[in-house]
Amino acid sequence: MPVQDISDNKAFLTEKVIKNYSGIFDKSSLSRIASIRRDTVDRPVIYIGTGTCGIISGAKSTLDKVRKFIAENKIEASIIEVGCNGFCSAEPLLDIQLPGKTRLSFHNVTEDKAEDVLNSALHHTVQADLVLGQYRQAGLEEWPNVRLIDNLPWFSLQTRHILKNAGIISPASIEEYIVRGGYKSLYKTVLNYPADKICEIIEQSELKGRAGGGFLTGRKWKIALDTAGDQKYMICNADESDPGAFMDRAIIESDPHRVIEGLAIASYAIGASQAIIYVRSDYENPLKVLEYAIKQAREYGLIGEDIFGSGFSLSINIRRGAGAFVCGEETALITSLEGQRGLPKSKPPFPAEKGLWGQPTVINNVETLANIPGILENGPGWFKSMGTQSSKGTKLFSVAGKAASTGFIEVPMGISFSSIIYDIAGGVRDGNALKAVQLGGPSGVCIPPAELDTPLDFEALSGIGAKLGLGGLVILDDKTCMVNLTRYFIDFLQKESCGKCIPCREGTRKMLDILNGITKRPKEESAHETLERFKGVVQLENLAHVISDTSLCGLGQNAPNPVLSSLKWFREEFEEHIFDRRCPAGVCHDLRTFYIDVDPCTGCNICQKKCPENAIIGSVKMPHFIIESKCTGCGICFDVCKFSAIYFK
Amino acid sequence: MLLTIEINGQQVSAKRGETILTVLNRIGVKVPTLCFFGSLSPTGSCRMCVVEVEGLTHLVPACSHQVEEWMQIHTHSPRVLKARKALVELLLANHPDDCLYCDRNGSCELQDLSEELQVRERRYPSSHKPVQIDKTCASIQRDPGKCVLCGRCSRVCTEIIGISAIDSVGRGSSTRIGTSYNKGLNYHACVKCGQCIMSCPTAALTERKSLPRVIEALGNPDLYPVVQFSPTVPGAIAEEFGLKSNKDIMNILRSALKKIGFRQSFDVSLASDITIMEEAALFLERWPRKTTLFTSCCPSWVRYIEVFRPEFVEYLSPVKSPQQIMGALIKQYITSSAGIKSEKVFVVSVMPCTSKKTEADVEGNGTRSVDAVITIRELVKLIRLLGIDLNNLEPEPAENAFSISSSSGRLFGVSGGHLEGLMRSIHFLNTGQELNPIKINDLRGLKPKKESRMRINKLPVNVVAVNGLANAIALMDEIAAGRDDIHIVEVMACPGGCINGGGQKIGTDEKMLKSRMKALYDIDEEEIVKVAHKNPTLNELFDKFLSKPNSERNREVLHKDRSKIISE
Amino acid sequence: MEAIFEKYSLKKPESLIPLLQEIQEANGYLTDEIVEKVSVHLNIPTNRIYGVATFYDQFRFKRRGIFHIRVCRGTSCYLCSSSSYLKEIEKLLKVQDGSVTRDKKFSLETVNCMGGCSQSPVIRINDTYYHHLSVSDLGEIIRTLREKSE
Repeated sequence: MPVQDISDNKAFLTEKVIKNYSGIFDKSSLSRIASIRRDTVDRPVIYIGTGTCGIISGAKSTLDKVRKFIAENKIEASIIEVGCNGFCSAEPLLDIQLPGKTRLSFHNVTEDKAEDVLNSALHHTVQADLVLGQYRQAGLEEWPNVRLIDNLPWFSLQTRHILKNAGIISPASIEEYIVRGGYKSLYKTVLNYPADKICEIIEQSELKGRAGGGFLTGRKWKIALDTAGDQKYMICNADESDPGAFMDRAIIESDPHRVIEGLAIASYAIGASQAIIYVRSDYENPLKVLEYAIKQAREYGLIGEDIFGSGFSLSINIRRGAGAFVCGEETALITSLEGQRGLPKSKPPFPAEKGLWGQPTVINNVETLANIPGILENGPGWFKSMGTQSSKGTKLFSVAGKAASTGFIEVPMGISFSSIIYDIAGGVRDGNALKAVQLGGPSGVCIPPAELDTPLDFEALSGIGAKLGLGGLVILDDKTCMVNLTRYFIDFLQKESCGKCIPCREGTRKMLDILNGITKRPKEESAHETLERFKGVVQLENLAHVISDTSLCGLGQNAPNPVLSSLKWFREEFEEHIFDRRCPAGVCHDLRTFYIDVDPCTGCNICQKKCPENAIIGSVKMPHFIIESKCTGCGICFDVCKFSAIYFK
Repeated sequence: MLLTIEINGQQVSAKRGETILTVLNRIGVKVPTLCFFGSLSPTGSCRMCVVEVEGLTHLVPACSHQVEEWMQIHTHSPRVLKARKALVELLLANHPDDCLYCDRNGSCELQDLSEELQVRERRYPSSHKPVQIDKTCASIQRDPGKCVLCGRCSRVCTEIIGISAIDSVGRGSSTRIGTSYNKGLNYHACVKCGQCIMSCPTAALTERKSLPRVIEALGNPDLYPVVQFSPTVPGAIAEEFGLKSNKDIMNILRSALKKIGFRQSFDVSLASDITIMEEAALFLERWPRKTTLFTSCCPSWVRYIEVFRPEFVEYLSPVKSPQQIMGALIKQYITSSAGIKSEKVFVVSVMPCTSKKTEADVEGNGTRSVDAVITIRELVKLIRLLGIDLNNLEPEPAENAFSISSSSGRLFGVSGGHLEGLMRSIHFLNTGQELNPIKINDLRGLKPKKESRMRINKLPVNVVAVNGLANAIALMDEIAAGRDDIHIVEVMACPGGCINGGGQKIGTDEKMLKSRMKALYDIDEEEIVKVAHKNPTLNELFDKFLSKPNSERNREVLHKDRSKIISE
Repeated sequence: MEAIFEKYSLKKPESLIPLLQEIQEANGYLTDEIVEKVSVHLNIPTNRIYGVATFYDQFRFKRRGIFHIRVCRGTSCYLCSSSSYLKEIEKLLKVQDGSVTRDKKFSLETVNCMGGCSQSPVIRINDTYYHHLSVSDLGEIIRTLREKSE
């Protein structure tokens, strides 16, 4: 491949590729595009997934190893860092593309395996236990006996539009994005359409906000466009703080320019010349990727002054969140941008009318914006053809927890839970039984197996009292205690409550107190306390309704969801905790009752010595015994016993 | 633009842009509020005023939600009542519940809410933990354990006072109203105005009590307890005990103070007259050369300048505040008239102010001019403690020569009053003629900033009276930016002046302010001596204890060296 | 630090959070003196700044340890019993979540989600990630780090 001058490429891409409407190119352009797309390569290319999930799995060490290997063996090969393709449990992912052959993908290539994988592939053999599959690439020689990657269950049921470049292109290369159709929609938009036409197209597509609210994006834009203001603001909310949801991070790390293009189009549509990307502070890698991508886009003249000579100017700034879950709420995000404590404000007025500095402001999340270039490229009808009556298009979900395969996926709206869990994610890990699926982050709900045929769309979910939220799915197996998990969510929410309104601040704390009372064992137990705990559950429900009824913002209004949904579907588990003082899953340590099995017990005496409550009696070399009334269930004896003589119920 | 809404089944017309609460107040439907407070921006944080609007999923706060054409509102539906009650119960679960021992027993909004919503049992177990009480400040005491986080104090401190000495700290259930670095209120920002106390619904913010010390002094036979009171005190006492605020009230107050055990009582207004004479002399000495004078009778304002704007200290009038002048004079007077040693004289001030407590503590130089300062609220408690029935007291005229003051001195109680009195004397001292008309209407009323452009001897004198420290800060910014047409600036940190001071009755509203203001203006109407320079006592005073205004002797006694900024 | 102040010389209130972020990056943590300086620089009362700094998890008024341990408390990690990892670390180092060991070598913090849900439970020490550990591995890791620092 001849090394090309970047500025040369820049002119070629901006003048020849982006502005080419027909899609018909001359021969030299075609070959130039093919080489940028890497449809053909003239020397081996090694791809390593260095998204956050890859880094956590050790991709950086793998990368170092690969570099070393290539240098030591004097191999002429290029190394390209890509984002994650969504199959996070297979990270670190390492792909190899040899000249003339299709791209081959390997999973779980930790540093110790990198050398072998490379060595064999470069010698045209495949390490069968680590190969994930090969890409479908027309005109290239296929590897024998290697399945196609898109036939894998994880990928075969997906419809990848937002993710179509994920894991394939380098996020650091604007060129790769452009040759795959990037920035064409922006060009079309700013040159051919007035702003209100863009709002109309997006409204026609029936795209709804992907951050949970489900408001029609196009309509929101139109409100901001129609509201008078000196300086309108377009904000991309990348403060993805739901634990267990990481789609926004993934989009940014894999295909940042898609987000930037969407943001630029949105800014044009609402008449904003200033855009802000609000990124969660913990997202160090996405932040770097975005900063670089914005710099590139600026160099290419795709943002900045007078874009494509259309007269439309846009500056994009990145602002880092400072670590507060509540700032995902749009009014709190705005107060945070204004340099204050991130407290939400009452709506109305909505930000589209009165937002940042009192000006019309639209806030869309990363996924919503990533949908925009596709809709403008293929038309609103195309988008509407996917999904269901109430929810159009595709949706990203993260699959985490105890699923056999985990990561993030893009599927048409309306797919069922069971389809995702069993068909895509391969069921529950280690052959355990499924207990529930948790959807929608900490203020989401736990859905029992009986409801798994529910389609995942806005309407069907609200039918069973659930919300789509950001689309985080956590698979729970039968070793999960629902009471304890509910307690975990409420604990999270009471820590993350901003503290402004009483119901959320005091109410979540009280709910936590009650749940603590249920999952923990007080010093002295009496019938009276059982009654108190029982009253606690009754109060829990009352309180939950008041909190959701009176709280100021979405965080508080949705905070009781985990309690209400668990009480609805897993009430018997609460009752077991309260009346029998038993945790069926054995998760609530305080409620465990320990017993000593006389046969394996050697009377070594260690448990008796370590017991902080003096609840164990027995003489040396004789089997010991636990006095149930004294035992607090701390489990120290269980941990110290070398003969597995202690068990619990 | 008018629109029609329905409230509890009744058709009501409302203006676009109005909040639901405004409409409810107009038509006399009462919904409880907690975080909503007077002119402060509504935050909708306490949710106590929630109402049900048909068609909306959640309840909405009446204080911050605007009316819309289609609205059908239910203000007291079962759903709403249940929610409000639960909110109060949640607050109580985190409250010490020591009402019987509480400073605000009987005047507590949380108590009222709990009674109104008929909370009769503890449904949520208490999670209250004892919290350290902040006693670092001589004026204000903070008990965060009683705080319900309504945020009124911090909004007052930010929006009205402009200081932000207390503000929300932390997040979630560990949110609290706190000070910088949790170092206590005295650390540096607070100006001790006490407006936070006035806004606090519970006893989370109270004045530091000097009452125990006063009671002790009253019972100490070795001491000679005397009292001085601010011109706002008679009116406040009348208001509190349901008496008419007429000419007699001053003498009823004197009689009550005597019953309490004070040997003599003095009206601070005399010192205000002295302040006027000193400042007038000082001003005329410089004028008409370019000069700017800031009044110095409000200690919170003085403190603000000293701490935040030391570059303006030279503009501050060097004259001490009337309380300090009066205290010093009383001690001298009693020593000379009754032969009692100065250190045996125990001077108590009754003030509408919390800042004066710190002032009396700080400006001592070893010998204190004022030994204890109590707020009007503390005086009321003292009168009640001693079972004094004001309705059946014989008015008692003043016994000492220090009882005569001009009505100018009394006007110090309201914003603009100090300036009005000062201008009257400046005019006379410069021209030899009384100001005509004597009333300066430009400087009257409750407006936050009042400007008057006057001419004396055909030369302009521009004066500005500002109340609410935040407005003064804005004016300082203007001056710092180069505004130089103002000759005299009068600042009262509290909105409205001392009639709304941090030591006044809790629950002061605009109606009360207007009547307190009117009472002082009425005195000015009725009083024969309306100007400081005509006060006959002053001449005697200047002869006996002092010298000519702005003379060396007077500077020594009445002035303060402002080059030494208090560093605490 | 002066250079950072220079960068935010416009007295705009919205500069507060980015300014604090940059200062903390440079200094490692915030101090009362820094807050005073920022207060003068941006003309914002100290208490407001303190209120903002205590609202967000990111800001700290304590120096971190040489080794800063972050334990993920995201849902996925929680299900994979990250809390027992946390407890073990607390026991090994005798510190609480959010504090620093007496020898200033280790500090411990829980974070909401690091985005490594497929690798749960995730623990991060400085820039190194640890995943799929067993609780008993922690003692060894900490011992090695401690030796390294001596």
